Amino acid sequence: MQRVLLIVLLWLGATGVAGAQAPTDDPAAADPPSVSDALADLKSRDFDIKGAAIETIARSGHERAEALLQALLDRGLVHDRAHDRIALGEQADGGWALTDPLTGDSLGQVDARAARPVIINNRLREQIRNLQAVAALSNPDSGRRRQAVQRLIGSADPTVIQALRERQAKEDNTAVADAIDTALSIAVLRDPDSDLHARLAAIDAVAGSLEPAVKNVLRDRATQTDAAAERNAAEKALKAIDARTARYETADTIFFGLSLGSVLLLAAIGLAITFGVMGVINMAHGELIMLGAYTTYVVQQIFPQGHEWSLLIAIPAAFLVSALVGIVIERCVIRFLYGRPLETLLATFGVSLILQQAVRLIFSPLNRSVVTPDWMSGALQINPVFSLTYNRLYIIFFALAVFLTLLTVLKKTRLGLQVRAVSQNRITARAMGIRSERVNALTFGLGSGIAGIAGVALAQLTNVGPNLGQAYIIDSFMVVVFGGVGNLWGTLTAAFGLGIANKFIEPLAGAVLAKIMVLVFIILFIQRKPRGLFPQRGRAAEDS
Amino acid sequence: MSRPDSFAANLRETFRRDQVFGPLRPGTRPVSPGHLDTGGKHILYMEDVTVSFDGFKALNDLTLYIEPGELRCIIGPNGAGKSTMMDVITGKTRPDTGVCYFGQTLDLTAMSETDIATAGIGRKFQKPTVFPEHTALENLELAMAGPKGTWHALLKPVTGEQRDWMASTLDTVGLLGERDRLAGALSHGQKQWLEIAMVLMQKPELLLVDEPIAGMTRQEVERTAELLQGLAGEHSVMVVEHDMEFIRSIANTVTVLHQGSVLAEGSMQQVQNDPKVIEVYLGESSS
Amino acid sequence: MRHSDFKTALTDHAAKLFLGVLFGAVIIVALLNLLVPADSALHVSSYTVTLLGKYLCYALLALALDLVWGYCGILSLGHGAFFALGGYAMGMYLMRQIGDRGVYGNPELPDFMVFLNWDQLPWYWHGFDHFGFALLMVGLVPGVLAFVFGWLAFRSRVTGVYLSIITQALTYALMLAFFRNELGFGGNNGLTDFKDILGFSLQADGTRVALLLASALALGGAFVLCRWITGTRLGRTVMAVRDAESRARFLGYRTEHYKLWVFTLSAVLAGIAGALYVPQVGIINPGEFSPLNSIELVVWVAVGGRATLYGAVIGAILVNYGKTVFTGVMPEAWLFALGGLFVAVTVFLPQGLVGLAKNLARKKKTEKDEEAHHEPA
Ligand SMILES: Nc1ncnc2c1ncn2[C@@H]1O[C@H](COP(=O)(O)OP(=O)(O)OP(=O)(O)O)[C@@H](O)[C@H]1O
Ligand SMILES: [Mg+2]
Repeated sequence: MQRVLLIVLLWLGATGVAGAQAPTDDPAAADPPSVSDALADLKSRDFDIKGAAIETIARSGHERAEALLQALLDRGLVHDRAHDRIALGEQADGGWALTDPLTGDSLGQVDARAARPVIINNRLREQIRNLQAVAALSNPDSGRRRQAVQRLIGSADPTVIQALRERQAKEDNTAVADAIDTALSIAVLRDPDSDLHARLAAIDAVAGSLEPAVKNVLRDRATQTDAAAERNAAEKALKAIDARTARYETADTIFFGLSLGSVLLLAAIGLAITFGVMGVINMAHGELIMLGAYTTYVVQQIFPQGHEWSLLIAIPAAFLVSALVGIVIERCVIRFLYGRPLETLLATFGVSLILQQAVRLIFSPLNRSVVTPDWMSGALQINPVFSLTYNRLYIIFFALAVFLTLLTVLKKTRLGLQVRAVSQNRITARAMGIRSERVNALTFGLGSGIAGIAGVALAQLTNVGPNLGQAYIIDSFMVVVFGGVGNLWGTLTAAFGLGIANKFIEPLAGAVLAKIMVLVFIILFIQRKPRGLFPQRGRAAEDS
Repeated sequence: MSRPDSFAANLRETFRRDQVFGPLRPGTRPVSPGHLDTGGKHILYMEDVTVSFDGFKALNDLTLYIEPGELRCIIGPNGAGKSTMMDVITGKTRPDTGVCYFGQTLDLTAMSETDIATAGIGRKFQKPTVFPEHTALENLELAMAGPKGTWHALLKPVTGEQRDWMASTLDTVGLLGERDRLAGALSHGQKQWLEIAMVLMQKPELLLVDEPIAGMTRQEVERTAELLQGLAGEHSVMVVEHDMEFIRSIANTVTVLHQGSVLAEGSMQQVQNDPKVIEVYLGESSS
Repeated sequence: MRHSDFKTALTDHAAKLFLGVLFGAVIIVALLNLLVPADSALHVSSYTVTLLGKYLCYALLALALDLVWGYCGILSLGHGAFFALGGYAMGMYLMRQIGDRGVYGNPELPDFMVFLNWDQLPWYWHGFDHFGFALLMVGLVPGVLAFVFGWLAFRSRVTGVYLSIITQALTYALMLAFFRNELGFGGNNGLTDFKDILGFSLQADGTRVALLLASALALGGAFVLCRWITGTRLGRTVMAVRDAESRARFLGYRTEHYKLWVFTLSAVLAGIAGALYVPQVGIINPGEFSPLNSIELVVWVAVGGRATLYGAVIGAILVNYGKTVFTGVMPEAWLFALGGLFVAVTVFLPQGLVGLAKNLARKKKTEKDEEAHHEPA
């Protein structure tokens, strides 16, 4: 989806530039000769000649200039040797499908060896990107403009500086204007000839920025300058930047912790129902998660083209698959074992072995990977040091949504009322006419179905394999026990608390040690508060 | 006698429950756990005890004293807090406020169930709780007074004397014929008897007996009455019962609990004629 | 009510039968391995000897679990950890015995330490070149861990499912820790490539038979010990704690002390089982800490039947024999069989095979009694 957006924007940008600078009716007729010459120059082996040609194309204002530069970056501009011309080439059927670079007319198909992409080096690549950015400075979309400025920060190229100055005069978007200010201030600081006042003003202007280029230039100034005032100013600004960076890094850790926490939450709330409400220790819970993940995979296999939207099918499908399997487990095994939690633990462990092995036989023991939809990749860039990746962001929201839905179901619906009644007193509930058999099966199905949904989410983060569930079962139990059995809010707190704690310890001790420390912490915690953070009170809790 | 010992003894003297300044220090820890000091007028002191469950007050400023050797009957409607009171005495439930002393020096609110039992309080639960997978005789062996440590249990077999004692106690409660049956297989009434026998084996100073005659025949009720009266004098006994006939047959002093506090106290005669009590029981006790 | 002393535990009928079968089988296998020539049909291969030794170690481990689970009601899902710790202690001794015969030929350091560029032995490896010290550690390390863990857990009255889950977390945490190279126990690969024990080559038939005998002695000794303990007042109190812990407290028992006592003893037994296991299979790695192993162990006891001691032994041997057969014939089917076993035993056979046999015997007896009643009529 993002890519589509980008293309549209590029196109808009290109037409915007072309519209502004080449107001003609017939683009082909208005073809300035310089572009064809420049194209011809691209055949040269000399990178300087190519550089000049690129410059010419960029400045030509030609309607297709933007596309040509992009093609050059993508190795899509080829030298057709048979006709000794430059053409747009697309690889097709083991050869090249050529089109005219200026008109876009087809030039037919040539052999793979008959054409070679125009080679560019990193310097030229940089140059093209800068030129594109300069062009994008006049893009109508402020986001694009800001990205363009960000690219140009740190560049000392006088033409770039000139372009930035021009833009600054016209810019009405404050974010973009600020970015341009930063870029220009850096240019001042980089300029060996600028005077002290200008530099102090520049340091002042960039003091709050988190751009890496700002930090670099300030560090350089702090060490290289002879003026004490400048050194002090630079050092002070650096300190302020470091403090801000540290704050954002903390925020980043919290974000990662929240996302880990929401994975834990998804994995654990199904368990919180089966364990907390029904008193059943379901060791096959992890495998129900795994089934959800495999359902996602299968749905994607069925709709190979539809990975953008197949998730929407996968979520209900996974819920149904896991819920059905859960109900079968409840009907065939667990219903004989109510009131004997340790026995349910053993029996469901057996079930988990069977499910794992079945999956291994059906799908092979190898890991499968699920294609992540485009709208879930990428990141929401808050500032240069802090960005929120979309997949984690979505998972946090998703987990919360599932949690709230579940809460509503338990609080507001008839099923929820019956579930709570049965969980508090099976015999009385039955005497009141609640069909506890049905309620049990449905509750267990609900808990299992949520495990399936958790599987869909997990499939977006890790590989799908037969052992997927095992990795989460102990963690899920820890979350439920830590939060206090039978208390969904406790589960929520515990999941996020443990997730964040884990992510804070990780940089200090490494991932494995962090995990060990969290486990040991929980073990010790349970000794102090055997019933978790938010224990249930009353007689019902004592008898269990 | 070494100096620390005499020092501790002096301290104990100073902090005796019936000293004037005793009530001025609520919630203090026991000075010397494990020593029952029955020197005072009372063996059990409960003062202003309050227990609440999620805001509901099961006990509400309950104050109650038991004298050594006394047989005290507690009555009260369902939910009056009788069992909860026993829970507080045996350490199962911690009161929110109030003091609860056993003898002069033992602060029950600060002691574990185990320590309380060792100090000499035995309890028969409302719902008979015996060890179902053990035989009747083994249940008595488990309850028998004496050292309760692991190594002792491993290395010291039961002596012939103790064996005789167990047999005679079983005989007292009429279960000698069932000595080798699993307790879980006994009838409800037999379990009641077995639990009474277990309490006897503990040789406690204070017996708490919660609804002992549920599930017993008329003759058995009479036997229980005799048994409890025989125990009184040497031990202090606190009996909770709903059966007024039974209470009348054994009671000297009756305490009526209602909504977590003492409603009335006195002889059966006094209590029965107390208008408050009559109101609570809706005439039930006036018959 | 019997108060068994050590002599009755050793000599009563059940003990005699158990010890007779155990040592009879072991001695016959040993003789058939050592004295019968290899090409004879009666010859028992060294592979079989080691396999049997392995089973006996598992049986000892199951016995240890039965003591805490069957008699004390503590379902430990982390007993594999004590087994593995005992195994590591023995593995460290065997590692030190390699001396300079390792790949790197370093007389001071085990191969994996040379590989990690360590220049000296970590302090906790000192002493393990003495067999006696290693034996001490085999019991001490699991014992101390169980004591500390149990002290914390039982004192704060963590019971039932909660206890099971934190024991599982314990072994899981240990597994993660032992996977780390920095811990100094060979990381992923564990300890292996052992050469000899007490100067005898581990590959020699005589050594293998000796290890089998040692395993049988340990199992027999542990069996008698457990029978003795469960027959005393201690054993009965432990069972009382299992059935009604709070009642036992109101009788004046410090139930946490009883649980701790049994839990620690059981951990020591598990450690001994691990120590005998390692020289026979020739490797110990963090996989032994895997929660899966511990929970599989539970099913051995469940299959055999809880709180009978011999049930645990029978269950361990049967299930592991089944595993050997299955993984040889149909490796894919093993997990199905194991999973099915878990379900079937908990749902249909809560008392295990021993309980089933007892029930059948009782039924037969009542039928006979009824017939006897009918005849005179
Ligand atoms: N653990 C607990 N949690 C919540 N409420 C409790 C608890 N224990 C007792 N209660 C409440 O306290 C009140 C007193 O209970 P208690 O068992 O002491 O009554 P009782 O006088 O023994 O009644 P009965 O004659 O029926 O045995 C009851 O309303 C009961 O519901
Ligand atoms: Mg009551």
